[in-house]
Amino acid sequence: MDEVQRVIRDYVVKEYLEEGDDREITETTPLISGGIVDSFSMVSLKRFIERKYDIQIPDADASTAAFDNLASISALVERFRKPRA
Amino acid sequence: MTSSPVMSYEDRLAGFDWSIAERELSYREGDRINIGWYCTDRICAQGRAGVPALLWEDFSGAERTYTFDDLRVLSNTIADYLRGLGLAPGERICLFMDRVPELYIGFLGILKMGGVAQPLFSAFGPESLHTRLANAGTAAILTQKKHVGKVRKILDQLPDLRHIIVVDAGQGPLQAREVPLALDALPRVESFDAYPSTAETPSVLHYTSGTTGQPKGAQHVHYSLISQYLTAKWALDLRPGDVYWCNADPGWVTGTSYGIIGPWANGVTQVVLDSGFNAERWYRFIEKYRVTVWYSAPTAIRLLMREGAELAHRSDLSSLRHLCSVGEPLNAEAVIWSQQTFGLPFHDTFWQTETGCIVITNFPGMPVRPGSMGRPFPGITATVVDPKTFEPYADFGRVGLIALKPGWPSMMRSYWNNPTAYESKFRNGWYLCGDRSSIDQEGYFWFVGRDDDVINTGGHLVGPFEIESALLEHPAVAESAAVSKPDAINMEVVKAFVTLKTGFAPSPDLELEIMNTIRRRLSPLAMPQEIEFVASLPKTRSGKIVRRVLRAQEWGEPVGDISTLMEE
Repeated sequence: MDEVQRVIRDYVVKEYLEEGDDREITETTPLISGGIVDSFSMVSLKRFIERKYDIQIPDADASTAAFDNLASISALVERFRKPRA
Repeated sequence: MTSSPVMSYEDRLAGFDWSIAERELSYREGDRINIGWYCTDRICAQGRAGVPALLWEDFSGAERTYTFDDLRVLSNTIADYLRGLGLAPGERICLFMDRVPELYIGFLGILKMGGVAQPLFSAFGPESLHTRLANAGTAAILTQKKHVGKVRKILDQLPDLRHIIVVDAGQGPLQAREVPLALDALPRVESFDAYPSTAETPSVLHYTSGTTGQPKGAQHVHYSLISQYLTAKWALDLRPGDVYWCNADPGWVTGTSYGIIGPWANGVTQVVLDSGFNAERWYRFIEKYRVTVWYSAPTAIRLLMREGAELAHRSDLSSLRHLCSVGEPLNAEAVIWSQQTFGLPFHDTFWQTETGCIVITNFPGMPVRPGSMGRPFPGITATVVDPKTFEPYADFGRVGLIALKPGWPSMMRSYWNNPTAYESKFRNGWYLCGDRSSIDQEGYFWFVGRDDDVINTGGHLVGPFEIESALLEHPAVAESAAVSKPDAINMEVVKAFVTLKTGFAPSPDLELEIMNTIRRRLSPLAMPQEIEFVASLPKTRSGKIVRRVLRAQEWGEPVGDISTLMEE
């Protein structure tokens, strides 16, 4: 798990898991389709990531699939941190 | 599946009477009528005990299958368990779970033992949960380990709540008032005398939001079955042999009227996917279970549209026969897209928590007018009335309030402990839905918008008062107003305008912190998707915050008369 994934995992655990919910969040744990982060809450997760990494993720790229696990979110972050030429 | 042609709308209208449903259900006035029994024992008695009733799958791919006989026996088992705890007929028993089988079976078990089922959306936070449990004086709650923490936080404020029943407790430690319910481990109760409820016996209590005050509990009765059975059969076109998928969560009325009662009273197989949204997964689910009738929502359809038709075409969706939608106005683009993508249009259906059943719909066999809500279901007298006189408009095309003539079987009987709010819904002999619409010359209704400040986000009604009350509890917030703003996917989302207390300054971090506070305390639906920090809020001279000015600003609409506003 890379640093971005660790940061987002910790945020997800703190913000979206209920107290006593000790599910392990791995790189591939389904967050949206697994019901941990619903599509409404995705807005706050996106906002956190944009603030944390000083990036803007266009709505067109912020799909439920792109936010469905730490690996795909991390890829999204890297993509917008390093704009393609 | 039968392939008989659908009767026309006109044929259905001719000589319509709700007694059609009574006859089909072998019910006569004064008889006992228990929804739990009708959805299980009656179907088994008709020789369909072995028919699959529930095909369930979760996000991990785990599967469970229940026949109607399983439903019958397991709902008996839960009913017996609840009775054994000392719960009495008429007591409110809450269901606070994800879409696990125990939710569906528990609902039927509560009805069988005479309890009033009070389903609540499992994403509710402790504050939303407390508001609804305290108002109802709820005696017991069925929940899961993952949600029990929210109950524990408010337990001290709920003296009426005697039992917290945890359906997946396992060997985990339980606390005060908590008891385990391991359905698989309990002795199966083959025979159970269902509570001898009659037509007006309370059955279900669903909470819904209004402009003012806290959410209100719309109370339904067992006789609602008559409407729910027939609308499921005629509007959703459910037939024996169908495989039916309702996307709605039973925490909301669609998930009980048409996610439990309607289909199972018709003996139809349901599939349930306990998973968040994923377009590819949804299409594979339809293909896997050969879904024939699909009841979805505009927000979900717009999410599917965003993923593109090509994704849909990767799965074999040829089993689909009829598509319906509910929760918010179905835009014409979505109807046209579904026709092009699935070869079938989504049929809009309009109704509310209070109506208990579909009241206006694009009827099967009736030409769909994309963007229209359709026409009144037979047996429903619907019109559009003048907002001042409450008289029906005599001419077509005028925008007024949608009004229904009271008296259909599934209409709510009251708001729990709030007769004043209930009475305020009626004017000049009409029940007012709180929505604005026009009617065209052929009798099709065309939705215009809400007539109040309630926010319809993703098909769920959210009350501004509840959000504003929670906002005010944040240490930085001095004043607040919650309104809707347009959203391409959810139609509307919540936007909050906030003034800050001295010592606090606007910042993106503060905005996110306030958003998360509301999400945790109330629900993700209630979380403002945007917070605008302002120096002051528009108010009347008496100091009342005027939401309509802010709402108009968000929607780019005329602000209207502002002469009564306080000058800055």
